[in-house]
Amino acid sequence: MEVRFPEHERLPAWKIAFFQYAIALTFLGLLVAYWRIQIGQHRSYLEQAERNRVRNLPVIAPRGRILDREGRVLADNFPAFSVLLMRESASILAPERMQGIARSLGLVPVELQHLMEHTARLPRFQPVVLKQSATLDDIAFVESHRLEYPELALIQVQQRLYPKRDVAAAALGYVGEVSEDMIAKPGSPYRPGDVVGKFGIEREYDKVLSGQDGMRRVIVNSRGEEVGSLTTINAMAGNDLRLTIDLDLQMAAEAALGDQPGAIVALDPRTGEVLAMVSHPSFDPNDFAKRIDRGEWEKLTDDPMKPMMNKAIQAQLAPGSVFKIVTATAALETGTIQPDFTLHCAGAVDIYGHTYHDHKVHGSVDLHRAIILSCDVYFYTLGKLLGIEKIDYFAKRLGLGHRTGIDLPGEAAGLIPSPEWVQKAFKRKWWAGETMSVAIGQGAVVVTPLQLARMIGAVASGGVFCRPHLVFKDQLLALGVDPPDDSGRNFPLGETTLEELTRGMWGVVNEDGGTGVGARCPGIDIAGKTGTAQVVSVDLMKSAQNASYNNNAWFVGYAPTTKPEIVVAALVLRGEHSTVAVPVAREVIKAYFDKKAARKPPPGPTPAQSPMLSKANSARLPTPAVDTENRQ
Amino acid sequence: MTTRFRFRDIDWVLLGLGVAIAVIGVVEIYSTTQHSALQGQYKKQIYWLILSIVLALVVSHLDYHVLLEQTPWFYVLSVLVLLELLVAGHAIARTKRWLRFGGLTFQVSELVKLVIILSVAAYFAERRGKSATWGDLVKLGLLAGVPAVLVALEPDLGTALTFLAILGSGILLAGIRWRQIAVLMLLGLMSLPVGWHVLRPYQRDRFMAYFHPTQDTQGTSYQVTQTKIAIGSGGLRGKGVGNGTQSHLGFIPVSQADAIFAAFAEEQGFIGTLIVLLLYFALLLRLLDGAQMAPDRAGAFLLVGLASVLFFQVAINTGMMIGLFPVTGIPLPLMSQGGSSLLFTFLGLGVAMNVRAKRFVN
Repeated sequence: MEVRFPEHERLPAWKIAFFQYAIALTFLGLLVAYWRIQIGQHRSYLEQAERNRVRNLPVIAPRGRILDREGRVLADNFPAFSVLLMRESASILAPERMQGIARSLGLVPVELQHLMEHTARLPRFQPVVLKQSATLDDIAFVESHRLEYPELALIQVQQRLYPKRDVAAAALGYVGEVSEDMIAKPGSPYRPGDVVGKFGIEREYDKVLSGQDGMRRVIVNSRGEEVGSLTTINAMAGNDLRLTIDLDLQMAAEAALGDQPGAIVALDPRTGEVLAMVSHPSFDPNDFAKRIDRGEWEKLTDDPMKPMMNKAIQAQLAPGSVFKIVTATAALETGTIQPDFTLHCAGAVDIYGHTYHDHKVHGSVDLHRAIILSCDVYFYTLGKLLGIEKIDYFAKRLGLGHRTGIDLPGEAAGLIPSPEWVQKAFKRKWWAGETMSVAIGQGAVVVTPLQLARMIGAVASGGVFCRPHLVFKDQLLALGVDPPDDSGRNFPLGETTLEELTRGMWGVVNEDGGTGVGARCPGIDIAGKTGTAQVVSVDLMKSAQNASYNNNAWFVGYAPTTKPEIVVAALVLRGEHSTVAVPVAREVIKAYFDKKAARKPPPGPTPAQSPMLSKANSARLPTPAVDTENRQ
Repeated sequence: MTTRFRFRDIDWVLLGLGVAIAVIGVVEIYSTTQHSALQGQYKKQIYWLILSIVLALVVSHLDYHVLLEQTPWFYVLSVLVLLELLVAGHAIARTKRWLRFGGLTFQVSELVKLVIILSVAAYFAERRGKSATWGDLVKLGLLAGVPAVLVALEPDLGTALTFLAILGSGILLAGIRWRQIAVLMLLGLMSLPVGWHVLRPYQRDRFMAYFHPTQDTQGTSYQVTQTKIAIGSGGLRGKGVGNGTQSHLGFIPVSQADAIFAAFAEEQGFIGTLIVLLLYFALLLRLLDGAQMAPDRAGAFLLVGLASVLFFQVAINTGMMIGLFPVTGIPLPLMSQGGSSLLFTFLGLGVAMNVRAKRFVN
């Protein structure tokens, strides 16, 4: 093919000029666009580049351990992995992407959506915990899908472990993810996914136990792989917490109650130290350390026996005959009767035109026999003689009807009925007949096992009231936590009162016919008071007059009879009769003295077992206001 | 026509501009592939650069009229090779763009660009009259359209579009009536739905991402988001050679190839951007200057065609880095890593030098 080339046919200049201008304009436009991005929006893009390359990974501080009084571990940690969502690289997740993540990690898409919505307000650099205690499959998924899901990351966390499982679970409590309400509080230090104490000691001492999380700033590439590290703020571990609970005694108490629903509180009445605290049925707090699923949670909360309740401090029940100690104290301290005040029990008594029944015919009874036989007629009569105001006053001075101040959340106050209370609650006057019910610990009187243990322990110690507690005061001081005020609670009892009550409660266990003879234990000087209480709740007051209910069995025992070292309140729900509760408390007291005997074969002063314990001993309250030895 | 080597004939300004840009490219390739699997690629680029310069000098002493005479053969050969590629091409990244030649792989479509420039120039060299006729438009449309379709099927939409850019510049240069422009635009609009249907899913995604850049930052528009972050974070002075976090940590995909300008702008800042764009501008003006002085229509069409394709690539590539255009696989001439593209550009510059050298002839 021949191509001819016409000469001198140059193109007109304007055509080339058109191209020149087009190019010049385009380049000018490009320069302006680049100027705007590189100069105008430099700061914003630089930030984005930093966010791309720098990842702020929280370093989770291990929670302090919880130990028993001898340093045995009740709550520990073990390493686990959490899956994080790095919101810096993905503030808005496309729905299908979220579905993909939810499906792969076994999360409920709706809950994930919920989590995303609730974390949308938080600063972007804060990652969100998508899943705690990641399984091996989850870890493998995140590791192998770094390209598809660069917004997912893994961090090592310390997960709570309760090696003794359900032992003392009600007292220890459990941990869980911080609730949205807690995060929403102004000034809240919590972030979603933070693990906090939810119940029991874990909650009460959350500030002590939880450490300070650290932060690692690392450089990551586009696949989310760490390629370098910038700065590290180390996590500060939480403080260990040593409880007053003695694991040996706790185990003995758990075994003593066995499968029966109920509660046990063992206190050292000299100090208020809680030596054991049992609430059955129990739960395994390990289930809460990871995100508990709805089904399990509902099973626990819907159980009529309320495993999620610490019955030792939250069950409010009629004390039954244990309350007669209050009535007796009031009668003696006010001089209403003398101990030799005797009457004839015919199995029932008419007061104000109403017949009050006893559980049996006791014949001639004085105060001592009335206590050991638990004669209702005798105490109906005392009730009539005293009147509700005096009973109310003494009950409250003996620590009932208000919280003991134990260092656990959710303690119930109980209730001592009074004319004022009736007026307030029911807008009516006090019926005189109600006083008789109160005098034997029925009616509207409700108490917690802890209150009863403390009351009996204090009465047996001559009126020394200590605030029950689970953490040594000295340890709190050492940790910089102000312990609660303990002063002004003592209520010294008269010599006669103390002697009569002590003798009475000794007789309950040690005299023939006593209601607590089942508590006798060779070599141990046990005393106490039984109670068989009708199950009547405050709410049912109006309608429950003659209905038949199961009974709750109570026994509050202590030893030795003078200067008691341990007081144990045992409650067996639906126990029918107090004899069910008596051996439960006995076993705990026996375990206490067995251990004491085993620890020091030759009698003599105990060497300090640990610095903490010796300090705790020195920090006890001064000698009881009434010295029992002087009265001999 | 002379075969004697004459230094006078070499356009040192044009060659200097091309080499300067290419050297900047080599430095950036070196920087961005440091400590990566592609470490050492810059050496390969240097070998290609040296080869390209030598061949450019050789071509600059070959009369472009001789090339134009052989153009029909080049054209037929090109179409045949493109067909062969589609049937039995060597696929890299699932596209059949590559011809194996000994140990080298070669992107044929880059050289076809030069053939199309020559073809368009050859066609208009024979054409007289003030503007193109409908017959011209149809013939030219087929001339550039056939290889464009073949390349688009590889699939390499970006390069196919550059063919059309050459065609467009040629028609503009030859002259076109407003009515013709209007009809062509109407035809283009009407074929849009068909074109959309023909596009592959990832290509559609790219177009959608262009129109909705903020949606789904991890998906298709991820690339644009990341190149913009790279460019913007460079600021005025840049982060320095080897310090671009966006490219080194892999946030910019193919930062040594198509996205090299983003990596460069991150490390050299606006000052670097300005210098490189000015270098391209000077290069393009030098080519147009040559066109102005070309001894004949063919020479002018050759230079304008070359300038147009380079301009089209530079504008689209740098523009798509900041989201001005949808993402298409168009390399930045002279800078992006890749021997075929470098070779095509320098061969084009060689031809341009020859046209310029002929300005005093006759």
